[in-house]
Amino acid sequence: MKPTLSRDALRIDPEAVANTIAKRLEETVRRVLHRKGAVVGISGGIDSAVTTALCARALGPECVQGLFTPERDSSEETLRLSRAVADSQGVSAILEDITPILEAARCYERRDEFFKKAIPEYGPGWKAKIVLPSVVEGDQYRIFSIVAFSPDGQTIKKRLPLEAYLGVVASTNFKQRTRKMLEYYHADRLHFCVAGTPNRLEYDQGFFVKGGDGLADFKPIAHLYKTQVYELAAYLGIPEEVRKRPPTTDTYSMPQGQDEFYFSLPYAQMDLCLYAKNHGYSPAEVAKVLELEPVQIERVYRDIDGKRRTTRYLHQKALLLDAVPELVLDVPSFA
Amino acid sequence: MDDVEGAVRKFIAENFVMADELAKLANDASFLETGIIDSTGVLTLLTFIEDTYGITVDDAEMIPENLDSIERISAFVRRKKAA
Repeated sequence: MKPTLSRDALRIDPEAVANTIAKRLEETVRRVLHRKGAVVGISGGIDSAVTTALCARALGPECVQGLFTPERDSSEETLRLSRAVADSQGVSAILEDITPILEAARCYERRDEFFKKAIPEYGPGWKAKIVLPSVVEGDQYRIFSIVAFSPDGQTIKKRLPLEAYLGVVASTNFKQRTRKMLEYYHADRLHFCVAGTPNRLEYDQGFFVKGGDGLADFKPIAHLYKTQVYELAAYLGIPEEVRKRPPTTDTYSMPQGQDEFYFSLPYAQMDLCLYAKNHGYSPAEVAKVLELEPVQIERVYRDIDGKRRTTRYLHQKALLLDAVPELVLDVPSFA
Repeated sequence: MDDVEGAVRKFIAENFVMADELAKLANDASFLETGIIDSTGVLTLLTFIEDTYGITVDDAEMIPENLDSIERISAFVRRKKAA
């Protein structure tokens, strides 16, 4: 019989989990990937911080190359918190401001052209982000809107037409792909591999850019719920300021929480919903713990299934149209 | 306007499914349950409906009751046009 669901369901023994991951990480990097170290893109967020700490624990800090890749729209805190993470783990890091690359690729210009299709007044000095309606408050389809803030203090919210939505996403994806290009540049230069930083919520729900932050040689925390990543962070000595920072996309010029951009609920509630769904708990059992209505959890469950379905493409490797049986790839013994 | 079902079916065939899948798709089959239209697909569908029939779909109207099957879309378009 399943235990009664509670918020404690996600509790872990951080020391045991850190030791298991470190052992597997070393085996993966050294014996399977045949590399001596790893490059980690450090964003100042909790996931890259824990990934950095686990790599340092497994491979030694001298075999971890941190990379800071802020750009024009990054929060002012990003670089300072990223440095705090690297310092706390004794990892050296390189600063690569990616703004000039993004300008050369016309990332900002292209994005703003698509913003203008929704809001013709949008121009220099404006700030904007894209948001989704809450899934728990109704059955409405989750269609992105743009929220724009003018230099004179006016806020405009409008539904994004199809062409503008696709264009904004395509333009901003330059950021994640540029970061990954630089991570692989440094990995190739050092004969290292690249660590991916998604937690389970992000990995399961497809919250990543294909060929951007979704691209990596190994993903050491992809099986951990975000709540567990926070627990591990405290054990691994991640600075408190980083542990207290609300999850953010750090992608748009206006501050944007991950829950308004992608997930149905704040991460702690979303984590429990995902855990409960994965372990066969009913919406009514989850609703009791989260003090929500069962119908709201049913919507979250449907949203989880919907995202799994619609983001399969992101997880797909390049598909072959006929077999090449001679190519056999190594996989870790525990995978 | 007379054949909204036919126009929606043609649009779905051109954008979301293979011909053999479309043949099996009943007019009352749920897009969500059959998984043939994702969130970007809903936006594609909205654009098609608004452009083809000259109507504006309000945020509150973007619900499965109005848009989750060929039959529901047809009924919704007719209601909007009649309003």
